[in-house]
Amino acid sequence: MSDKTKSSSDLYDTPVITTHLPPREKRTKMLQALLDMDPDLSFDDPLENDMVLNMGPSHPATHGVLRILLRLDGETIVSALPELGYLHRGYEKIAENETYHEFITHTDRLDYLQPLHNNVAYILAVEKLLGIEAPPRAQYIRTLLSELARISSHLVAFGVMAMDVGAMTLLLWCFREREKIHDIFDLVVGARFTTSFTRIGGIAQDIQDDGIAAIRAFIEQFPERQLEAERLVSRNRIFYDRCRNTGVISAEDALAIGLTGPNLRGSGVPLDLRRDNPYMVYDQLDFDVITESEGDSLARYYVRLKEMEESLKIIRQCLEKLPEGSVHAHEPKKVLPRKERIYTRMEELIHDFMIVNFGVNPPEGEVYHAVESAKGQLGFHIVSRGEGHPWRLKIRSPSFCNLQALPQLLKGHLLSDILAILGSLDPVMGEADK
Amino acid sequence: MNPVIEKVVHTLRERLGDAVEEVREFRDDVIVVVDRSAIVEAVTWLRDNEECPFPLCEDVFALDAYERIKRFEVNYHFFSIKEHVRIHLKVRVDEDDAVIPSITGVFPGAGWYERESYDMIGVEFSGHPDLRRMYMPEEFEYFPMRKDYPLMGIPGALPLPKRG
Amino acid sequence: MGLESALGEGYITTQLDALIAWGRKNSLWPMPMGLSCCAIELMSAGDPRHDISRFGMEVMRFSPRQSDVMIVAGTVTYKMAHVVRKIYDQMAEPRWVVAMGACASSGGMFRSYSVVQGIDQFLPVDVFTAGCPPRPENLFNALIELQKKVEKSSVLDYRDRKEPIIVS
Repeated sequence: MSDKTKSSSDLYDTPVITTHLPPREKRTKMLQALLDMDPDLSFDDPLENDMVLNMGPSHPATHGVLRILLRLDGETIVSALPELGYLHRGYEKIAENETYHEFITHTDRLDYLQPLHNNVAYILAVEKLLGIEAPPRAQYIRTLLSELARISSHLVAFGVMAMDVGAMTLLLWCFREREKIHDIFDLVVGARFTTSFTRIGGIAQDIQDDGIAAIRAFIEQFPERQLEAERLVSRNRIFYDRCRNTGVISAEDALAIGLTGPNLRGSGVPLDLRRDNPYMVYDQLDFDVITESEGDSLARYYVRLKEMEESLKIIRQCLEKLPEGSVHAHEPKKVLPRKERIYTRMEELIHDFMIVNFGVNPPEGEVYHAVESAKGQLGFHIVSRGEGHPWRLKIRSPSFCNLQALPQLLKGHLLSDILAILGSLDPVMGEADK
Repeated sequence: MNPVIEKVVHTLRERLGDAVEEVREFRDDVIVVVDRSAIVEAVTWLRDNEECPFPLCEDVFALDAYERIKRFEVNYHFFSIKEHVRIHLKVRVDEDDAVIPSITGVFPGAGWYERESYDMIGVEFSGHPDLRRMYMPEEFEYFPMRKDYPLMGIPGALPLPKRG
Repeated sequence: MGLESALGEGYITTQLDALIAWGRKNSLWPMPMGLSCCAIELMSAGDPRHDISRFGMEVMRFSPRQSDVMIVAGTVTYKMAHVVRKIYDQMAEPRWVVAMGACASSGGMFRSYSVVQGIDQFLPVDVFTAGCPPRPENLFNALIELQKKVEKSSVLDYRDRKEPIIVS
């Protein structure tokens, strides 16, 4: 390790392979042995030296294609260096070449554990840029479905973390619940996984009674299933011991490194954009912001677990308060008209043609809008020059920022703790690499 | 403009003087354009001030404005947990002198954002402890998010393994 | 003999072929090369509802040495392509490749500078699967088609890759 990296910051000490000489007294002993022409002499005893281990990019526990270079002293991690970019798909460049509507489908694939949440986050930024707002019914449906998406994302985080530390059953149980959410999406949205549900100024289609009935049936049975799953691991000695006091990060460090979402709240900072910077209808709903003070893997796990209950609370309130009315804003030049009207009316046909071919042409300017996704703060910064496609679209993806804390969290832990820490951070490489 | 942000902008103007080039507001987003020499001072003050501290650096990203002078812009987003407001800073640089002081000394979390900006646009951050490419391979020669780089890339810029 | 009536008439090589092909067909161990969104649907394929073990394929091996069929699930970037190829090279023969989803098959919706426009540029592919991502049912469809192909293949020239199967 060069002096430059050593002095600058602990975060960036890179595992550069250099010759590691043994301590001085041992060196003189070795020198003496060399002078005595001792043939058994060995300088590179693996137990005496650091070892550089490569983990990923194809590794079952790295949650995708994350690569981590680890420098080990025995089994203790001296330093870790994540390397990203194995799933860099060039979203931001693609966005510059597509209209605002076309990019909605791309947001599905950003954080692929909760596609609907990304749709909502993106469309809110576009609506802010355009200066329009969706009608209340659309806002409620968006809120409702994005909370369902949050549950489905937390379920994977929950199951995968447990699987990584050795509890396989929980993953299957979580996927069973996720399938139920997928069925609801299938019914309400029309696609089980990649939803692309939101449109500028509204949503693709209104929610029907059978969809509402399915959501009600789901939230009826979910608390029991969650408790069942929770009982499987939460009081399990192995799980508890492996997660407690691993990957501890203090509130100050977490803020400085830019953690957001459940990872930040696990360190005791009550930052939740749903409450602090309300968007959609969150200011009319009653829910708690969950925080845990320990800042370890177990705390982050508990934050996610309790957040699922809060999400259920929000869904219940949304179902109760769901207002009647249209789900599309009355902005003919910005909002795609209904298909049946395109075929029968001239005005709608013209608007459809213009919006599809030339885009919505927002005014010149730049906006930033962030939402609280299941992983953290998901923001879109759009720079418009008055054209149908964005001049620059920057995605502030929470997983990218959360992964940045990884070297700090891993330092000093055992090799096997990586799984518990990485699982509790819950990164998704689709949005971390963009 | 939100009164809290108005006060922050006012104080920034007082402290930095001419270094604050412009203050823009669009859809409640306040963007303060500052000179690059003042960026570290500005973010340090934003983090440390008493009235409305901004402890969270949400994002740093560069964009290619594709103009002859001041081609590249670097944007900074900060969020105040106390007042629940957001402020954006912007620094503009020329293409042939695209070097900006790094803010990793103030916000360690900006390290990866700056690496990403360097990877995508090619803006350099002086004083960054580990300025390497974030996503693209080290041997890649271009900066893909520049406007003059084609969407489908330059053939042969990235090698593929042989089918064999 | 009873064995002959079970395997049918013919030369002993054909019968051995049939036996080995049958064995291979029913014990395809997948190597889940989960890269992006499709990996989640691949995980869904193993969940209690879809239950991939009905097809004798539940033994997901993350070690390439122990697996027969590589399911490339997701977008392959130029940076990742070298890793995918290296893992493919580590797999023991006979080996097959399933390109799961539009991205692996053709680059899909990601027409950009960093995405390989189809993994057949650097890998021999046996089955292309449509969908973005394909539903687990469609993945099973692809795997059943692959089983049919494996059943027909001979021990000596299992690498008969004239026509990849396209499942849509």
